[in-house]
Amino acid sequence: MAGSTAARRTRGGGAARPADAGAADQYRLWLREMLLIRRFEEKAGEAYSLGKIGGFCHLYIGQEAVAVGSIAALRPDDYIVCSYREHGHALARGIPARAVMAELFGKAAGCSGGKGGSMHLFDAARGFMGGHGIVGGHIPLATGMAFAAKYRGTEQVAVCYFGEAAVNNGAFHEALNMAALWKLPCVYICENNRYGMGTALERASALYDISERASSYDMINEVVDGQDVLAMKNAMDRAVERARIEKAPTLLEVRTYRFMGHSMSDPIHGHYRTKEEVEEHRKRDPIALWSQKLMADGLMDEPAVRALDAEVTAEIADAYRFADEAADPEPGALFADVYAPEKG
Amino acid sequence: MATQVVMEALSPTMEEGRLVEWKKQEGETVAVGDVLAEVETDKAVMELVARVGGVLLRQTVAAGQTVPVSSPVALIGQPGETVPAAAGNGAGAGAGAAAKGAQQASQKPAPPAPPPSAAPAPAPPASGRIKASPLARKIAQEQGLDLRAVQGSGPEGRIVLRDLETAHPARPAAAAPAPATARAPAPLRPVPPAPIPAPAPGEPFADVPLSQMRKSIARRLVQSIGPVPTFYLTTEVDMERVWEAREAMLAAASEVKVSFNDIIIKAVATALRQHPACNAWWQEDRIRYWSEVHIGMAVAIEDGLITPVIRHADRKTLREIGAEARDLAAKARDRRLTAEEYTGATFSISNLGMLDIDEFTAVINPPEAGILAVGRIASRPAEHGGAVALRRRMRLTMSCDHRVIDGATGARFLQTLKGMLENPLAMVW
Amino acid sequence: MTGTPVTTLTYRDALNAALREEMRRDDGVFLMGEEVGVYQGAYKVSRGLLDEFGPMRVVDTPITELGFAGVGVGAAMAGLRPVIEFMTWNFALLAIDQLVNSAAKMRYMSAGQIGVPAVFRGPGGAALQLAAQHSQAFESYYAHIPGLKVVMPATPADAKGLLKSAIRDDDPVVFIEGEMLYNLKGEVPDGEHLVPLGRADVKRAGTDVTIVCHSKTVAVALKAAEQLAGEGVSAEVLDLRTIRPLDSAALLGSVGRTHRCVVAEEGWSFAGVGAQVVDVIQREAFDQLDAPVLRVTGADVPMPYNKHLEKAAKVDAAKIVDAVGRVLYR
Repeated sequence: MAGSTAARRTRGGGAARPADAGAADQYRLWLREMLLIRRFEEKAGEAYSLGKIGGFCHLYIGQEAVAVGSIAALRPDDYIVCSYREHGHALARGIPARAVMAELFGKAAGCSGGKGGSMHLFDAARGFMGGHGIVGGHIPLATGMAFAAKYRGTEQVAVCYFGEAAVNNGAFHEALNMAALWKLPCVYICENNRYGMGTALERASALYDISERASSYDMINEVVDGQDVLAMKNAMDRAVERARIEKAPTLLEVRTYRFMGHSMSDPIHGHYRTKEEVEEHRKRDPIALWSQKLMADGLMDEPAVRALDAEVTAEIADAYRFADEAADPEPGALFADVYAPEKG
Repeated sequence: MATQVVMEALSPTMEEGRLVEWKKQEGETVAVGDVLAEVETDKAVMELVARVGGVLLRQTVAAGQTVPVSSPVALIGQPGETVPAAAGNGAGAGAGAAAKGAQQASQKPAPPAPPPSAAPAPAPPASGRIKASPLARKIAQEQGLDLRAVQGSGPEGRIVLRDLETAHPARPAAAAPAPATARAPAPLRPVPPAPIPAPAPGEPFADVPLSQMRKSIARRLVQSIGPVPTFYLTTEVDMERVWEAREAMLAAASEVKVSFNDIIIKAVATALRQHPACNAWWQEDRIRYWSEVHIGMAVAIEDGLITPVIRHADRKTLREIGAEARDLAAKARDRRLTAEEYTGATFSISNLGMLDIDEFTAVINPPEAGILAVGRIASRPAEHGGAVALRRRMRLTMSCDHRVIDGATGARFLQTLKGMLENPLAMVW
Repeated sequence: MTGTPVTTLTYRDALNAALREEMRRDDGVFLMGEEVGVYQGAYKVSRGLLDEFGPMRVVDTPITELGFAGVGVGAAMAGLRPVIEFMTWNFALLAIDQLVNSAAKMRYMSAGQIGVPAVFRGPGGAALQLAAQHSQAFESYYAHIPGLKVVMPATPADAKGLLKSAIRDDDPVVFIEGEMLYNLKGEVPDGEHLVPLGRADVKRAGTDVTIVCHSKTVAVALKAAEQLAGEGVSAEVLDLRTIRPLDSAALLGSVGRTHRCVVAEEGWSFAGVGAQVVDVIQREAFDQLDAPVLRVTGADVPMPYNKHLEKAAKVDAAKIVDAVGRVLYR
């Protein structure tokens, strides 16, 4: 199974494939989903500054294509495990905006009953297995879910999202080693947005190319342009198929960029990245790129795009209103669900 | 070496005292028994008295301050003695329990403080607090044992369980009920009452352990009603003869002052002698039937209610009862009652007649088993000599603790009481 | 228990039997850990299991406590019932993030949607001259965490019954055995033998003092009780069996009868399990106490290597007898 890094790396479609009839609806759906995430995150930022969201709030603005493109390749019974920057993934997976916003507001109607908050979104029915706060700590969980799928002999895949700073963490190493050793149906997606909180990648990693780390485990890896939703989808298709059929894991290094700070307490630029750098990256806004492509291919025109944006904006405004008016959890919720219910 | 003066427990329930005013100042000579200060307790303003003689060297608590019971408040010593500036417990290490009436387990309860000689280890604590294990305290309280009379064998004189057993070997069971000298049942009385046992020799009360029937009544009724399962009996008394008798007394001697309440107290006390089953205390695992009668008289005071006690009311004359009632009421209103004056009632009476109440139900004062609520004397139509006439009538409502007093028992007492009030010579029959 | 047929088993074999029975009963149960398969278990607890159940159900792992603890949590989140073995609980410190931040909290954070029905087991506490890093009793670390259960059997019968119950329990269970216990022999009831979590056990009834203990300290306490009986003192030995949830009713019932209590444990004193036991007793049974509750614990030092120093650091019967003497004011 040994091989050079180059041999294990596959290169996928960075260029867009020609649209066919069935795909057009898909493509428009991806634009809608990315817009939904964008408008949601903007609204969440606004809510945070009004004190309606407390604690930590990590925004996904600029990375929408990664969640949308990758989740589009999944089936309903696959598992998704995320870090704490997971609002976009939750929405892309289909958790209603109302439930996500209510959770951020800490309300009982939130997808975690108000008990989790921004960093701990859960929806077991949709295979959305959290929302986790410890950097790298969730990666072995995904490996465990992949283990369960193989154990049961199903075609389920476990997908794990984490940032590039997590790859220096022991948990990453242990989890990927076991996934490759035991041949588990797992896809590890490193959303490399170049900064681990305030530390640039080159200051934290001896090895800059994240994907190269896969060679430590003899694992197939790929580098993906995270601002191109179609490229993301195609790479994910390959990885998912490999997991389902061959039961082999893949590490995808997805190069992306977050336009906002690490969290709401972090400025957009100034401390650790320059205004010019941020502006430069904004030119590759995934939503702008995709809508331009759809218009160029004749699948949508400008009024349609604007109408879609308006529709999504209204949906988010509704979610905000819902969350704002929703009730807090009952006081008894404090002690609920520490342990499983007593068996009869 | 100087002797500590501590805040004493001046009432049974006192936990802290407010030093109202110092009556002796620093540098003054005090003798045993002199009033050092006035202290406000939870019930009344009391006097803190010197237990040793000497010079009041230091007041360690200022007027207006509130301190817990057992805290030091002053130092008494020899003239010219220097004392540390800070009020500390360390000063009295050897002198020990001086001002608290010798609460040390190692001494008999004698008031004078021991001479301040060097104490051998383990030294009794300066504040005079009794050290006892929680278990020993609980059992001492349950059995009415005085910890001051027990020698503690634990560390630093701590009283532990075995010390109680050494000091008070298990007493023989309370006197068994006297063999039933069944009274001949009177007509209309369906069930003869069980006899109340005679008091143990030297004791003014007899404890009767609970029978199974009593236990189950207690258990069931407590569950249905609350801590005290109470029921109420009402009767209406014709007061015309009492009225006439009182009028006659007042006319005969102008200096005589006798109130209806005095008469009612006397009647109740006399009736209780005939119905000792109603003159009792509930004591959790036994009932205490008192052979003495002490009537608690509810008095409304500014911020509440207190019940001073007329002791041996059955043996006192109306004049004595009247004088005492007035005196106690005045003291109550001034919050100057002593502990002996408001504890120890065997039965209580509450009278709201002067406030025009026709009838009401009063709340029992535990551990007493009964209380009588007295309404006003009102002219009401009633049967008299076969016709309806306006008669002076008074309603009495008795609240009874069903664990001690059953319906028939209480009713019989009220019958007797009513009989005495309607026919006053029956009181001295 | 009279009349129930029993077999004498070692503690190790009792655990083996529990694992085997539960893996036969429910094919969602699997065992994962270092050397559990081919090596037959570092302490032979899993002897023969690989042969019977195969490598998918008896999984040898690399030396990656954090990683495979996390795999266990993830597999449990996906509906399996993993038994994750730590070769010793000393090494499990590396995995504590997964136990505390993932396993303990998943159900709560997800508002009841996702539980973690996993068992984390292995030997804890000291053996003989294993020195400072291999001799630690960590039960109070895990007992501190709401969302975890902590179980520590002292006898073969309890080991079997509690491990079976722990595997069937839907919450994450920290199951701490003892290297020095594996060879202990005892009677184990035949057939389906389950011991409920959360129930202490009177291992020896007595009237004068309650000795509260768990795991290896139970045998030490029983030895002390024998000695005390010879001196006319009747000691009750109460084996906690489950540390969290603590069986307060059993504690209070026993102290209510004896009025005196000594709490003995292997671990360190500060914030140890005994501190929680003492809190419960003094708070709820204050009026029952004829003396303060005393504790006997391991010495407050890292475990030394030298044989005599190690012995001095450990709890022994003499120390328990001495503490009992003090609460009896002898």
